[in-house]
Amino acid sequence: MTTLLDVAGLVKHFTVTKGFPRPVTTTVRAVDGVSFSVRRGEAYGLVGESGCGKSTVARAVLRLIEPDDGTVRFDGADVRAARGETLARLRRRMQIIFQDPYSSLNPRRTIGQALTEPMRVHGLASGRAARDRAAALLDEVGMPPSALDRYPHEFSGGQRQRIGIARALTVEPELLIADEPVSALDVSVQAQVLLLLRDLQKRRNLAFVFVSHDLGVVRWFCDRVAVMYLGRIVEEGSVGEVFAEPLHPYARVLRDASPVPDPSGRGALPRIVGEIPSAANPPAGCHFHPRCPHVRDACRAAYPGWRRRGERGAACVLV
Amino acid sequence: MSTAAVVAVSPVRRAVARFLANPTTGIGIILCILVALSAILAPILSPHDPIEQDVIAQLSPPSATHPLGTDYFGRDVLSRILWGGRISLIVSLTAIAAAIVIGGAIGMVSGYIGGRFDNFVMRVMDVLLSFPSLILGLIVVALLGPDLVNLVVAIGLTAIAPFARIARAPVLALKERAFVEAGRALGYSHARILFVHILPNILSEVLVMGSLWMATAVRTEASLSFIGLGVKPPTPTWGGMMRDGFENILDAPWLPIFPGVAILLLVLALNMVGDGLRDATDPKLRAE
Amino acid sequence: MIGFVVRRLMAAAPTLIAVLTLVFVIVRIVPGDPALVILGDQATPEAIAALRARLGLDRPLHEQYFEFLFASLTGDFGTSLVTGRPIVSEVAAVLPHTLDLTGAAMVIGTVVGVPVGIWAALHRNRAIDVAARILSLLGLSFPVFVSGIFLLLLFALHWKIFPVIGNANLADPVDRLHKLVLPAITLGLVMAAYITRVTRSAMLHVLSEDFIRTARAKGVPWRAVVWKHGLRNALIPVVTVVGLYVGILIGNSVLTEIVFNRPGLGKIIVGALNQRDYSMLQGLMVIYCFLIVVVNLITDLTYGLIDPRVKHA
Repeated sequence: MTTLLDVAGLVKHFTVTKGFPRPVTTTVRAVDGVSFSVRRGEAYGLVGESGCGKSTVARAVLRLIEPDDGTVRFDGADVRAARGETLARLRRRMQIIFQDPYSSLNPRRTIGQALTEPMRVHGLASGRAARDRAAALLDEVGMPPSALDRYPHEFSGGQRQRIGIARALTVEPELLIADEPVSALDVSVQAQVLLLLRDLQKRRNLAFVFVSHDLGVVRWFCDRVAVMYLGRIVEEGSVGEVFAEPLHPYARVLRDASPVPDPSGRGALPRIVGEIPSAANPPAGCHFHPRCPHVRDACRAAYPGWRRRGERGAACVLV
Repeated sequence: MSTAAVVAVSPVRRAVARFLANPTTGIGIILCILVALSAILAPILSPHDPIEQDVIAQLSPPSATHPLGTDYFGRDVLSRILWGGRISLIVSLTAIAAAIVIGGAIGMVSGYIGGRFDNFVMRVMDVLLSFPSLILGLIVVALLGPDLVNLVVAIGLTAIAPFARIARAPVLALKERAFVEAGRALGYSHARILFVHILPNILSEVLVMGSLWMATAVRTEASLSFIGLGVKPPTPTWGGMMRDGFENILDAPWLPIFPGVAILLLVLALNMVGDGLRDATDPKLRAE
Repeated sequence: MIGFVVRRLMAAAPTLIAVLTLVFVIVRIVPGDPALVILGDQATPEAIAALRARLGLDRPLHEQYFEFLFASLTGDFGTSLVTGRPIVSEVAAVLPHTLDLTGAAMVIGTVVGVPVGIWAALHRNRAIDVAARILSLLGLSFPVFVSGIFLLLLFALHWKIFPVIGNANLADPVDRLHKLVLPAITLGLVMAAYITRVTRSAMLHVLSEDFIRTARAKGVPWRAVVWKHGLRNALIPVVTVVGLYVGILIGNSVLTEIVFNRPGLGKIIVGALNQRDYSMLQGLMVIYCFLIVVVNLITDLTYGLIDPRVKHA
């Protein structure tokens, strides 16, 4: 399989200036040097607690948020250097699905308008042809063609999410960035939408960057996974390996904290000590060291380097 | 979040129902239509020429030939009121339309771009806003010279800042919505996102304020004409007629009453409509 | 509290400069050549050149701007082109009349508007509330020159209770008050209408808050809930809005002064317009700027008194 998306050293800092008369500027290191790559047709998961920067990564890859540093290559092309037409063409090949199905559709536009507009803008189809394609897309995501003339408020959250997926597909993308695509949905609906996404992945050979805080969902959907903590990836590897035997203490804590279907299979839960530090003021050395049960002096001194073990890797001195 | 999205379209019908259920709004609309019709049909409805002088019938009280009497030059007051409505409506409609377009565009673009640019633009708007609009209008007309176009410029100028504020606030909220991000991801231009996707979502709020500011514009136009800075005589304007009537108040005390009532009726009607519209579209009131 | 006042004062300075810049743009740039505005189309080129030199209009624009800013900020508002007297003394001579009028209108507006607004809010959708809403809508729809003339027709010409001419003798308190009544009512009714509406909606808003329900649930008598919890919180928006309406008040005072033929800032401004007294217009606008900035400052400070949170913000 060839590499489709290659992200290296991605950085995004947000600065906030507050206070009068002596303004204080704080820098939030939302994304602080993130590298990963996604192969064609592969589902790549990004997991972590809220605030760890995973959604920022998703947006920075598409340049919905302008990254401060690093490179993003899509199918060999430099996304950060692209301007105007080139950028529009690149963006067409990677699309995004949002968490909130209520705000992701314009309340004043019919589903038909929402689906045909991208085709017209990119000159893919127009008029009757665009409408037929829209109907076919709706069918592909399990919605009737009658939905075309209706407005978003007439649909449930799950249906809207399907429509949002159909809209992303209008421009025939090769990569879908799914930002918590099922977190806002009821559990029963979550499964349906996940099945739809997997179905699309197989049928269209779509690659996914799947951002989620729900380890169960990632375990089921993704091939490989990266665990993020305070703006950095702390562990990466295949889903099976990472979740079966996490290398990084944080990944282990995260795994153990997620619900297990069979309560009898759960061992004694390790305690997570302390609060999540703020990304505006991360601890020196390894960001996780104040909460880590295996902390050593070296962890306080410097951020640990990336250590590989076969196909996997982690940023921890224990590896 | 979800409630805001749910109420976005279906409430159009609910808003219309609420709007009609409020009798003041209905009366306001009817009054507005009557005033507009009387101004449009002034050439047909007027019993006399509004600027034709009749020295013999000077300052005559209401009678069969002159239902509302005549002024100092013997001109028919009813005809002048009918024609004067045209000036009021033309000036305030054009001024507010211009203010909506210019102010609305400033507010939308400023809110959409955000950051320091937005800060600066809004500071400028605050400065414009803090100046008493009548004084601002007064000075602008005085410096440019009183005519129809300058009147529109002066009144429009005083309304730009409020519309910039009104248009900006919802844009700040809307640009954070995922459908705007989706649009960018789909390769839409900023202009398309702003004018095709965001604009329809803020239109109702802007138009509601439009009718309230129409009322203010009518009042300002009448005030400027009353001070003597309106469209030049002999063209009839309501404010100018008030001024004429006021000058002859000892000889013909009824003279200022009719144009005064005309101004009051139109301003009141516009306020009633604006008020009703605001109540019908205000999400806060709906939540109660 | 002192820190709060200092911060507010510092924030007011840039606003003042910005408003003064606006005045400069309007007076100096909008009309093209002020000398031409003053002298009219028929003036000879020599006369125009002479006036331009006298007003300093022949110098570069930025020099004029900085000189204007400096003079304004140091309290030098210029001299009248017509009378040759300093604008400050022209204004000082009539200011008591304008302050009488606007002050009285403010008092009438508050004394009528706040209780009626509260009363209407407490009887929502009942006859009293509907009446208050209709009357307040009527009140703010009345252009003051129309209501002023109507009042004049009734009380001065028909019933002859009050005088037609409002030029009061400032030294005689009875005369001063007697001549203030009609103009103050004219101007006060508009304020009362605005304040009624704001008080009503602020009160309704506050009464729907959770802490009111909590107070009720604790068994606090309704009367105490309204006065202690409701009113104090409802007054915050009322003060803001009253501050905003000062602009409307100033504009309306001009019209009121014309109708009642009272001396005051309004009469001066109209006189300056008619006589093309360009310097006077500019000086008056500068004075208005100071007035507005001061009023905004007072509004902010009042805010601090009512709302303890503001001081620390």
